[in-house]
Amino acid sequence: MSHHIVEVRDLHYAYPDGTVALRGVSFRVLHGGAVAVVGPNGAGKSTMLMHLNGFLMPVRGEVLVGETPLTRSTAAAIRRTVGMVFQDPDDQLFMPTVFEDVAFGPVQSGLPPEEVERRALAALERVGMAGLRDRPPYRLSAGEKRAVTIATVLAMEPAVLVMDEPSSNLDPRGRRRLIELLRSFEHTRIIATHDLELVVELCSRVILLDGGRVAADGPALEILNDEKLMLAHGLERPHSLRHLHPH
Amino acid sequence: MHMADALISPAVGGTMWIVSAGLIAYCARKLKQTMRDNLVPLMGVLGAFIFASQMINFSIPATGSSGHLGGGLILSVLLGPHAAFIVIASVLTVQALFFADGGLLALGCNIFNLGFFPAFIAYPFIYRPLIRGGRGAIRALIAALVAAVVGLQLGAFSVVLETKASGISELPFSTFVLLMLPIHLAIGIVEGLATAAVVAFVARARPEVLDAEPASAGAVTGLRSVLIGLAMAALVIGGAVSWFASTHPDGLEWAIAKVTGKEEVAGSSEGIRGKLAEFQGKTSFLPDYGFKADEEKEVIAASASPAGPEDVGPEWPAVTAGTSVSGIVGGLITLGLVCLAGFALKPRRTNI
Amino acid sequence: MPIMHLANWIEVGRMDDYSRQDTPLHRLDARVKAVTTLACIVAVMSFPRYEVSALMPFLFYPMALTGMGRIPFGFILKKIIVASPFALAIAIFNPVFDREAAFMIGPVAVSGGWLSFTSIMLRFVLTVWAALALAACTGMFRLCAGLERLGMPRIFAGQLLFLYRYLFVVVDEGARMKRALELRSGAIVPVSLRVYGSLVGHLLLRSMGRSERIHRAMVARGFDGAIKIVREPKFRPADWAFLLGWSAFFVAARAWNIPALIGNLVTGAAP
Repeated sequence: MSHHIVEVRDLHYAYPDGTVALRGVSFRVLHGGAVAVVGPNGAGKSTMLMHLNGFLMPVRGEVLVGETPLTRSTAAAIRRTVGMVFQDPDDQLFMPTVFEDVAFGPVQSGLPPEEVERRALAALERVGMAGLRDRPPYRLSAGEKRAVTIATVLAMEPAVLVMDEPSSNLDPRGRRRLIELLRSFEHTRIIATHDLELVVELCSRVILLDGGRVAADGPALEILNDEKLMLAHGLERPHSLRHLHPH
Repeated sequence: MHMADALISPAVGGTMWIVSAGLIAYCARKLKQTMRDNLVPLMGVLGAFIFASQMINFSIPATGSSGHLGGGLILSVLLGPHAAFIVIASVLTVQALFFADGGLLALGCNIFNLGFFPAFIAYPFIYRPLIRGGRGAIRALIAALVAAVVGLQLGAFSVVLETKASGISELPFSTFVLLMLPIHLAIGIVEGLATAAVVAFVARARPEVLDAEPASAGAVTGLRSVLIGLAMAALVIGGAVSWFASTHPDGLEWAIAKVTGKEEVAGSSEGIRGKLAEFQGKTSFLPDYGFKADEEKEVIAASASPAGPEDVGPEWPAVTAGTSVSGIVGGLITLGLVCLAGFALKPRRTNI
Repeated sequence: MPIMHLANWIEVGRMDDYSRQDTPLHRLDARVKAVTTLACIVAVMSFPRYEVSALMPFLFYPMALTGMGRIPFGFILKKIIVASPFALAIAIFNPVFDREAAFMIGPVAVSGGWLSFTSIMLRFVLTVWAALALAACTGMFRLCAGLERLGMPRIFAGQLLFLYRYLFVVVDEGARMKRALELRSGAIVPVSLRVYGSLVGHLLLRSMGRSERIHRAMVARGFDGAIKIVREPKFRPADWAFLLGWSAFFVAARAWNIPALIGNLVTGAAP
């Protein structure tokens, strides 16, 4: 199942004003797992994520989704395979009603109306928001908005889900629902987050980014438990691990 | 200066609708050709921004009062004329539908008055040429002030013309002008100050935003722009003079008499009246309410009975004046029926 | 001039709630409601300036929309009152400039100016009410979709939808900034120009930043520059009935002074 592999090879990126954001990032994510991308603010997490669906093009290095290298001509196809959920739901819910937001992706792909309807409803069912289809976005709670943004991406039936800070601004119940939802997915999941407890619950692997480079890449518990490593990169050991594995 | 429907005749409203719709279609076509695809969300959000910015007031120096941004000029600076016009039109549409600020029939007038002048005249012919010499604070302030004042003055003048052409308000042309223009001079100054303040901030914080305005196809420089400006001014003045003349043929004669030094202008007055009547006759799509006010009153006075003369309102021959007692009685009864209907249709309990 | 207080924003939210109710009126095609409302406004404004009584029957239209659309009358009334100053200010000049007596009610002479003033204000109420009722029983989305089918350029329809969608978000941000300002300045004082430029400038830059993120999200879901709007189905019999029925009523009410006819019946022969 080659299209479930996401690979980044020696990725470099600098913004138009000269700021260097990525200094040679390499990693490979195989089908089905949940990978967390952690690191301090300014490490380059968001910049790196934006390469995964072709919003940014590498200055140097390669991004491959499946066996397909990312270029301007392949970007559109890659976006159908890699679904991205951004941090602020209001930035992603830009249509008048929930249904139309979820249907936006399929409609833009040129699918016929029946298929659009089927996919949109299926996506809403999957996140448990089917009853809200005619609601305007500003009448949704934070948790509902988050679930709906995930649905907007699911409707495109991607193989890979990339998420930027999915649990931010959620109350405990909303967060719990999100974690259960993400746990139930079979997609390859790449999650950039500060929520280290979520990582503990959800992800088997952690990529630690700092200063535009990969500082560590390995099993989640191993990296998160390494207190010196965490502190050195502006993070800390998750509280739940302190109890389980006292040093 | 959003115009309400109540002061606009269908002819004027309809004409301006066609003008504004045509401008929107033109801008839409232009944008489709040159548009960066991030313009779609940008235009929408900037429209929302205009609403939000109107919630914040600043105190006007040397006066006790406060003002806020209107937005036409700054939108033109950020987006260029074509996109700005569309955003202004969208803001006015939402204001008309949801805030009852400006009527639906008058929407065409409002879009033209508040959109065309800042985007297509004040910005390209005043602001941009002035700014081209450099973006120093004083220069930017002057550019914004002059552009805003001119844009709003032209808009205010349009309001007067459109209202007079509709023939519903009795305000004489000169009084109306004397009322509108000074007020909108002040409003123009406020707009210029607000625009300059925001532009100054953005120029310090993120100057590339101000340079991002895409070159519009309507960019003209130098002699051509001066000529176009003069032609437009001539159109406006010419239109105003002809309206004034046709409502006040006496005034025109008086002016001509003074100029030519002739005391007796009876002969030429026939000529002028005749020509103006001819002009009216040819352009008869405009109602002549404003010009036959005196005649109308005579007719009304004469029509004490509903079976009175039926020549009021040339386009609907069957209408009678209806100001008789039976008209009043009938009107009250109808009003009562309407209220009854309202109670009948009222929901049992308010449900939201 | 718009009165841009925070309270007004809640009003737009309420208006939007009313527009999403489910009544037979709401289910009618938006195009039909828009065209009929415009027809009503045009008919009302086509009367000569001194007409008062013949205008009355037109009140049935906005009243019907309000009632059948389950919109609270007080909500609409408040908006009409809030919107009236400008029209009042112009209309009040009519009695000033037009003082000739037009007719008598018993011993009292009513000048033409007061007659036309009443006419203007009545028309104001009619037209504003009709417009508000239209918005409240149709809603922005269906109205835009309908207007786009009637020929409105797609870019403009998309613009209206985006503007409407982000109205609440950006205004929310503006309100938060305003509140922070008030908390730090001790009173609700208009700020100096420099602070104003900074406040509004920040709001502007934040808005532009937001639009960039929205664009990112749109591109991530396949956006290629053209907004596609889902189309409404065809007209149904109820739509035709609404359009033709009301249009016939408007034509009749315009052609004949119905209140005068009723009045005649009631008062016997014309005096």
